[in-house]
Amino acid sequence: MIELLNISRSFTVGDQQVTALRDINLNIGAGDYVSIMGPSGSGKSTLLNLIGLLDRPTSGVYRIDGGNVTDLNDEQQARVRSEKIGFVFQSFHLVPRLSARMNIELPLMLAGVAVDQRRARVEELLKNYGLTDRADHRPDQLSGGQRQRVAIARATSMRPSVLLADEPTGNLDQTTGREVINLLEQLTEQNVTLILVTHDPALGSRAKRQLHMVDGQIVSLTESSR
Amino acid sequence: MKFIDVVQFAAASLRGSRARTLLMILAMSIGVAAVVVLTALGEGARRYVINQFSSLGTNLVLVFPGRTETAGIGPGMLLGQIPRELSLDDAQALLRSRAVGRIAPLTIGSSQISRNAKNREVIVLGSTYNLLVIRHMSLGQGQFLPAGDVHSSESICVLGAKINRELFGNESGVGKQIRLGDRRFRVIGVMTSQGESMGFNTDEIVIVPVASAHILFNTSGLFRILVEARSRDTIEQAKKDVEIILFARHNGEKDVTVVTQDAVLATFDRILRALTLAVGGIAAISLAVAGILIMNVMLIAVSQRVQEIGLLKALGAPAAQIRNLFFTEAVLLSGVGSAVGLILGEAGVLVIARIYPSLPVAAPWWAVLAAIFISLGTGILFSVWPARSAARLDPVTALAGR
Ligand SMILES: Nc1ncnc2c1ncn2[C@@H]1O[C@H](COP(=O)(O)OP(=O)(O)OP(=O)(O)O)[C@@H](O)[C@H]1O
Ligand SMILES: [Mg+2]
Repeated sequence: MIELLNISRSFTVGDQQVTALRDINLNIGAGDYVSIMGPSGSGKSTLLNLIGLLDRPTSGVYRIDGGNVTDLNDEQQARVRSEKIGFVFQSFHLVPRLSARMNIELPLMLAGVAVDQRRARVEELLKNYGLTDRADHRPDQLSGGQRQRVAIARATSMRPSVLLADEPTGNLDQTTGREVINLLEQLTEQNVTLILVTHDPALGSRAKRQLHMVDGQIVSLTESSR
Repeated sequence: MKFIDVVQFAAASLRGSRARTLLMILAMSIGVAAVVVLTALGEGARRYVINQFSSLGTNLVLVFPGRTETAGIGPGMLLGQIPRELSLDDAQALLRSRAVGRIAPLTIGSSQISRNAKNREVIVLGSTYNLLVIRHMSLGQGQFLPAGDVHSSESICVLGAKINRELFGNESGVGKQIRLGDRRFRVIGVMTSQGESMGFNTDEIVIVPVASAHILFNTSGLFRILVEARSRDTIEQAKKDVEIILFARHNGEKDVTVVTQDAVLATFDRILRALTLAVGGIAAISLAVAGILIMNVMLIAVSQRVQEIGLLKALGAPAAQIRNLFFTEAVLLSGVGSAVGLILGEAGVLVIARIYPSLPVAAPWWAVLAAIFISLGTGILFSVWPARSAARLDPVTALAGR
């Protein structure tokens, strides 16, 4: 469902060209579990941002479900993000003044989902992620693990087909990190495509497909038969 | 995104930075309140003047000797003549016009009034019976000047309420004798106390028959003729007739000025309206300043919430929606600000009305509308830029907080 064809991305810094991605070709199917690993500065985040339509490639073609999304305008891309893509960030990115419940509700609200439908879905998510008794707490009243659970609940509230996680355990201790990864992995069982950027080889090796990047290129693609 | 959600989200952001929000609302509301209070004062002054004028009489045409507004040199002036005075017969002749209802000739002078040992300086008005009716005056005791021959110079007088008090204490002076200059007058009536009107205190005057005043001051001219038209519709006709009659009597010399009270009133009305507009305009500038403040604060808000904006984009909010959110925040700010300002302003007007009960203060509706429109307008106008700059942010850099 995700097809990258000869994707390149370079940045202009001053009068210098920095190439973050070189000629990437990649196919990811529905329900795939892909981890992306590699040294710092190898282009992992840049790749994830491109897949998430937060960024545009300098050249190449990107297709989702067979449709070319590189040519879409900003508004159309926003719609694709809203309907098909969920993000989980290293630093959670919760809106500080909003309660856990309202943070989870945010994508539904932005998409204009009806209130009673919204409420039902949010309550269900709060229950699934064990946040019911924390629903009215603001992010600064939550632990790191709880925050990331809120972020995952938010990322899945629109039932996206692709979940993009950029070092989701980077700010968490090992046990909490495991829990978070477990939650994400459970989603793949519901046919959600999970793309996970991580520095932790132990976590990365749990994925069915493991991408190794160096210097803006995919150097190896391991298919584990787990 | 549903409208109600947009409003709630914007309101939540405003609540999130309470001090800033309150300051903005304060700035906006002071501007609106200033417009309301200042225009209410101006409008109050205008209404005050109009009320005062209408208390002087209705459907009035005023005749003065001399031509006040001609700049040219007439033949009379070349001959070194002073303009011919208005005579009592001139006044009587005006009754020939069918548009004219009543007239009251007016002579004015000042004299010494005395009764036994008490004496004081007093303004003496020479007129006729009709003055009472035309000027809407009211008599307290006794009688007013008798209707009858205007040339009759009976030695009778009507006292203002205060003059009566000074000369006779709490008693009525009716039937008693007083002296004006070296002539003796019999008091036939006392006016009720009316207080000041148009800088002319009727409580401190003495009214005598016009012919008696002419003798007293040794003149034959009139200071003014008050002409009352038969109805509102005949005011202009009466004015024309008065001019025709007087010019004819003065051998075609245009040496009198005839104005309608309405024209005088209209002039005051114009001046005071312009004044109200001017103070209102000055107050409106503070609204514009408040608008600029809102813009700055919204720009700061955008830079403080860069990560949030990036997040909203990642969650699928298109640029238009983000613009809309910030826009709504600014509109809410100026909306609440103008509502608070209206309440403050109206409260201020109430306080002024308490302190100066004689001043009919009330903010004119157009000023209230203008204040609301300007505050909302500046709020909207000055939020466009911050809202656009928020919507233009690149999501990746915004998320990174750069
Ligand atoms: N906005 C930008 N402007 C200029 N250069 C950029 C920009 N974003 C990324 N780069 C460059 O692109 C390259 C890839 O960056 P990227 O953030 O994708 O690395 P990464 O693999 O995610 O690293 P890390 O593991 O440290 O997060 C780096 O050399 C980086 O300096
Ligand atoms: Mg990275």
